[in-house]
Amino acid sequence: MAPIAPAASVAPSAAEGSKKRSRIAYFLLIPGLAWLSIFFVIPLVTLFITSLQTESTRRPGTYVPGFQISNYTDALAEYWPQFVRSFVYAGLATAFALVIAYPLAYFIAFKAGNWRSLMLVLVVAPSFASFLLRTYAWKTILADDGPVTSALNTLHVLPDGRILNTGIAVVAGLTYNFLPFMVLPLYASLDKIDYRLIEAGNDLYGSPQQVFRKVTWPLSMPGVVAGTLLTFIPAAGDFINAELLGSTKDKMIGNVIQTNFIEFRDYPTASALSFSLMAAILILVLTYIRRSGTEDLV
Amino acid sequence: MPAGVGRTVEDLRLVNLTKQFGVSKAVDDLSITISAGSFFALLGASGCGKTTTLRMVAGLEDPTSGQVFIGEQDVTDLRAFQRPVNTVFQSYALFPHLDIFENVAFGLRRRGIKDVDAQVNTMLDLVELSALARRKPSQLSGGQQQRVAVARALINQPDVLLLDEPLGALDLKLRRQMQIELKRIQSEVGTTFVHVTHDQEEAMTMADTVAVMNAGRIEQMGHPADVYEMPRTIFVANFLGQSNLIQGTLASFGDVVEVAAFGLSFKMPSQRNVAPGHSVVVGVRPEKITVLDAHDETKLPSTHNRIYGTVTDVSYTGVSTQYLVETPWEQSIIAFEQNSIVGDRCELGDPVVLGWAPEHTFGLDPAEGIHAGLDRAVLELESDTEA
Repeated sequence: MAPIAPAASVAPSAAEGSKKRSRIAYFLLIPGLAWLSIFFVIPLVTLFITSLQTESTRRPGTYVPGFQISNYTDALAEYWPQFVRSFVYAGLATAFALVIAYPLAYFIAFKAGNWRSLMLVLVVAPSFASFLLRTYAWKTILADDGPVTSALNTLHVLPDGRILNTGIAVVAGLTYNFLPFMVLPLYASLDKIDYRLIEAGNDLYGSPQQVFRKVTWPLSMPGVVAGTLLTFIPAAGDFINAELLGSTKDKMIGNVIQTNFIEFRDYPTASALSFSLMAAILILVLTYIRRSGTEDLV
Repeated sequence: MPAGVGRTVEDLRLVNLTKQFGVSKAVDDLSITISAGSFFALLGASGCGKTTTLRMVAGLEDPTSGQVFIGEQDVTDLRAFQRPVNTVFQSYALFPHLDIFENVAFGLRRRGIKDVDAQVNTMLDLVELSALARRKPSQLSGGQQQRVAVARALINQPDVLLLDEPLGALDLKLRRQMQIELKRIQSEVGTTFVHVTHDQEEAMTMADTVAVMNAGRIEQMGHPADVYEMPRTIFVANFLGQSNLIQGTLASFGDVVEVAAFGLSFKMPSQRNVAPGHSVVVGVRPEKITVLDAHDETKLPSTHNRIYGTVTDVSYTGVSTQYLVETPWEQSIIAFEQNSIVGDRCELGDPVVLGWAPEHTFGLDPAEGIHAGLDRAVLELESDTEA
């Protein structure tokens, strides 16, 4: 989750270019700046230094400061499949989450009436249980002798005859776990749409489908962008879903980083991978925001 | 398909139109015909059902019962996007993500019309906004947004253009300007305009037919001057402009009706009295009253109705002077006098005589109560529009 911090804080603060530079405003920044420098900038610098360390010649297994660029190239050469898989899984999970969340958010925003608050609570309610616990629950749900797998097997739609310990389970877990992060921004931006705009679209000869395409969807773009980012970024770095729901063939980059840190104690490789992941996500996100062109939406 | 391409505008006909929300009837068995090419104003306080009526014509609200016809076509079951009707929404509802050009082109594009440029430019010329075609709505002033909303609706050449309080968000000066502008546009394009408003002055200056609506029904409908000069209900007398109303009883009838009240006698031509029984509310508009010092009573024509009283308030407004005169039975009568008299005006505490012609008198049915149309909401709205 750490890499999202700078990207997320850039958006609002850049928008508020206050003309009257009141000094008090700067004091308001102090707690946030202090927090971010202690818990984000300093670890980031440490991480970067670690990522360039070399193995000590005198005491193998320990590392000394250096400028070992090959940490990066070696790590990427060895772990590129996990990298690619991470982005594919995160991309699929984001797409599924969008497909599930959009109608749900639309319903809550426009049709739920008095049920709106209750439905929003229900969307968030699973988060009251721990992330780990919920993912364990999916192990049971998707188990080989569980109801889902049995039902799908009678239809012969599963390629391997199972779900658990396959990529399907990992993507399903990611989709489920990050769904609220998709629903809430979508809801917020759909709820902001003045319903009269939709009526105006209908009044101006737009069929329901046309009005959705030309009015509702473009106006909900800020929510779509925010929701996909909030889903994609943590999903790309996640390791719990792949750990619990996938097999060794479904490992994501998060798992590799975790193993290198905790089991192999190969800190430079783990750090180099973390940094590469961060850079890759940053580039993807910036391109995406640039291309979606949401900056001039209200 | 929608919109008269050949420009044959059709009558709009509402037949027994009813809309029920829960137990209350927002629109109650409404039947009216609005003739093609007319400027029709639906006037009423908030909650009287005028907007609901408009939305049922637009297809944005389904009637509980009744029908909507455009010409011979029953459009009751058509969805909003299938009707040859367009709306100028109260807050304009311009698409914030589209520029002015695309906002205006929206309706044409949805109908699959390919070459929209010429039409959009002509329409932008009509509302004098060509220079702003590539701006976003948020970069426009209220008056400009209002004109975009009109252009966006009119470009589709609808049979009927619906305007839902279109000038409500504008300040007074701009509103006057837009009233003239809308009137000009209407006479230029010849489309039927149905204009919903709570502003009686707006309704009277713009429309050729005014319908005063109250509690889901139409109280009175006609040419603004006719409705104003001869209100048929207490609600209309109070809501459309101001009226002095005096409770009385029928004393004699014939071609001229005579009503007795508080020891005085008021005459009016019999066709100006609509009270069905002996109990009659006598009404007169404030500007019809002549205010004279009690000594000068002889200057009043002998046929005039008259009331004696004491001036309790004088306010000079430039164009006219407004008097409040208290009668012996402690009712306040309002009188407006043009400031065209040479000589002294009446002053506070002066005993005066108020006189007006029988032809300016009207008789109403007291059944709905003398304060109908004067509830607090209405008074507030009036003070809003005056401010």
